[in-house]
Amino acid sequence: MPGRQLIMSFPVTPTSHGLAEYRARGGYAALEKALRSMKPAEVTKEVTASGLQGRGGAAFSVGRKWQVVVYDDGQPHYLIANADEGEPGTFKDRWILENNPHVLLESMLISSYALNVRNCFVYIRGEFDLPYRRLAGAAEEAYAAGYFGERILGTDFSCDIVVYRGAGAYVAGEASGLIASLEGKKSYPRNRPPRLTVRGLYQRPTVVNNVESLSNIAWIIANGADAFKAVGTPKSPGTRLFSVSGHVNRPGVYEAELGYPWMKFLEEDCGGVRGGRPIKCVVPGGVSSKVLTGEDIKDLVLSHEALWDAGSTLGSGGMIVIAEGTCMVTLLQILMRFYHHESCGQCTPCRHGTGWLHRIMDRIVAGQGRPEDIERLYYISKFNDGTTICGLGDAAGYACSGILDKFRDEFEYYIEHKRSKYQGNLECPRFS
Amino acid sequence: MKHLVPEFDRLRARFPAGFESSMVLPCVRRIQEDRGYVADEDIQQLAAYLGVPQIQIEEVLSFYTMFRRRPIGRWHLQFCHNVSCSMNGAERVLEHVQAKLGIRPGETTPDGRYTLSVAECLGSCGTAPMMMVNETYHENLTCEQVDRLLEELA
Repeated sequence: MPGRQLIMSFPVTPTSHGLAEYRARGGYAALEKALRSMKPAEVTKEVTASGLQGRGGAAFSVGRKWQVVVYDDGQPHYLIANADEGEPGTFKDRWILENNPHVLLESMLISSYALNVRNCFVYIRGEFDLPYRRLAGAAEEAYAAGYFGERILGTDFSCDIVVYRGAGAYVAGEASGLIASLEGKKSYPRNRPPRLTVRGLYQRPTVVNNVESLSNIAWIIANGADAFKAVGTPKSPGTRLFSVSGHVNRPGVYEAELGYPWMKFLEEDCGGVRGGRPIKCVVPGGVSSKVLTGEDIKDLVLSHEALWDAGSTLGSGGMIVIAEGTCMVTLLQILMRFYHHESCGQCTPCRHGTGWLHRIMDRIVAGQGRPEDIERLYYISKFNDGTTICGLGDAAGYACSGILDKFRDEFEYYIEHKRSKYQGNLECPRFS
Repeated sequence: MKHLVPEFDRLRARFPAGFESSMVLPCVRRIQEDRGYVADEDIQQLAAYLGVPQIQIEEVLSFYTMFRRRPIGRWHLQFCHNVSCSMNGAERVLEHVQAKLGIRPGETTPDGRYTLSVAECLGSCGTAPMMMVNETYHENLTCEQVDRLLEELA
């Protein structure tokens, strides 16, 4: 097991997601503790002191986000759990929703108490069916047990929850796009300032946190900030859920303590690459993070700072392992198709840039690439960066330039010979 | 949609006051479940019921991939063809299904039983390749499994 476990610390059985077993594991004790022995400000202080960083991609301090909300400013506040998991390669929030939904609900109750939130929401992607049913079922159980509703556990704290289903839009995972979607509109992101913690849902202060970020709160309140900081590295406290896919023998969701050696994780925990092939590269944290080669990651540990130093990011924790023999040109074509498909069309550089990137990749793969195409791909990637409201346009550029930086020779080969150096291969045979 | 109004009233009670606009997505989803698609009259009636502009509902319908204005086949097969699925043989399985059903993505079989689509990442990367059949995920797909499944769906 890759270090200590805070969220996946129990064996999954057909009943382990239910309230009875969650309580048997000590569930809802942190809520009791917070409501009975802590002031809301003390909860926020504890979360800030824990150093918990967002698990959705940006790794921004959860406590600092919360601190922007003024507890008693006389207006309603909202809390939203972002369960619009859609970054290719990422399926870890799904694990929480399906297997440990009460840890999210308890954490949201504690967070709502700290932030003076009467109504909280989970925005779950529309395609997630089982995760939705598990979460909605858990919410019903929690209502029946008196954890939601009026005067929770006999205190003055009241809180309601709505599980809100999206309808198919990657960009709704962006916090301001998510809010637009929760307001029943198309999910166009919007410029900041004002920040969402100042003006969010229906213009009210709103905290949007990723499912996994929130799911750490119950543990932090139960065990204290110091105990949390004792897990992981000084700059990356705690654990992260990594969803591992691609050419590995044992794909799946793993909780790893931050600071855990990367190669050890891939080889021992994930069973190594299929057929014993060498690692060509790894997408570390969802396809919007820059790829790192097998050589790059050899001595790295899994921590935010280590990945930033290496020029990439742990992002959403969506790790895609790519074996030698895979055609990176074909792979980039898929990625560019994806961003083009998902661009909401609001900002010109992204609307046109992603389409342009996509069409160039289609052309290269069709054997009609031109020598200047590589520089053009770079140009568009760079032009997109920072010129759009949300990060989608930037991300398309990072994904593109990241792969070009590491595998330029494959693109040159494809354009010159009008065919793939690796026969367009994306698959890796399963030997073991 | 008129017969769904009692259901929508109950849904409304779960939201805070002033959140009528937020009900567009859940109501549209429910209408689509009921009718199979969203018709012009649904848009008019829902806009009147919620007090939102019709154009907002039109925008939502055209923006989100899960909503549709036309009927489709009884079974909607949606194949993920993003990276992790493609790296695990999604294209092969998709080609197999295309050959078997004689339709391409975006098409419906003449008997109206199957509609085939491709989709971007549905969060099943660790259990790739996958397809969604109506609401249900089918994961770790092989051609043989798909054959069996299609027989069961008949």
